[in-house]
Amino acid sequence: MTLAEIKDLLKCKVLAGEEDLAVDISQVVASDGMSEILAFAKSKELMITGLTNIQSIRTADIAGVSAVLYCRGKQPDKKVIEFAKQKRIPVLVTDMVMFDICGILYNKGLKGVS
Amino acid sequence: MAAELLRESFQVQGRNFDKAGEISSEIKVILRDLGIDASCLRRVVIVAFEAEMNVVMYADRGTLTLILTDKDISLEVKDEGPGIPDIELAMQEGYSTASDEMREMGFGFGMGLSNMKKNSDDFCLESEVGKGTSVFARVLLDSHA
Repeated sequence: MTLAEIKDLLKCKVLAGEEDLAVDISQVVASDGMSEILAFAKSKELMITGLTNIQSIRTADIAGVSAVLYCRGKQPDKKVIEFAKQKRIPVLVTDMVMFDICGILYNKGLKGVS
Repeated sequence: MAAELLRESFQVQGRNFDKAGEISSEIKVILRDLGIDASCLRRVVIVAFEAEMNVVMYADRGTLTLILTDKDISLEVKDEGPGIPDIELAMQEGYSTASDEMREMGFGFGMGLSNMKKNSDDFCLESEVGKGTSVFARVLLDSHA
């Protein structure tokens, strides 16, 4: 599934990387704990988190995920978005809660990483 | 004896959460530009990032040294901080002494040290209470763990 399809499915707003939505996503890693993301992400996943500080993008960069999706409509600071753009990591935000997001994506065939 | 190709030290500022992770990002760029294999690079930067975060969260200051040889990549991290009284307990996944501030940053869930060990081919941690902690981690260039 492409990031563009995920965007439509979850009614996301794109905060960074509008030009990179063609990227294909097959796996997802979801947590508010950054070490949890680092422990399980194998690279190229969609990272779902409620943590919107600079460390979320730093973790995304270190873990090598393909994109970041913020849940519960949480808006990061401008400097966080600027940092994501600098690292070329697409950032999306949806009003949905993490449980619903994961359920919807799972039903569409996406898998978690363990 | 492996030939040393690069050695670079970075100063880590304790308690500076805004800058936390910058050194690991820099290391990622250095290793990527050198053409290091993606899986190996990933393991090294995860170890570096967790180590850097630990220094920022717990210590006053620290030094992170990156050493590249023709066989492996090593990270030596030495900090001036409170030290770890019980290393065996600290290594257990889920054990944490983190403050609320650290958890708000998304860290301090008791996975940092075990993540570092998991991503290293050799891992050694020494600590003296009241003085500081030293970590040595080595990732082999040809390992695909």
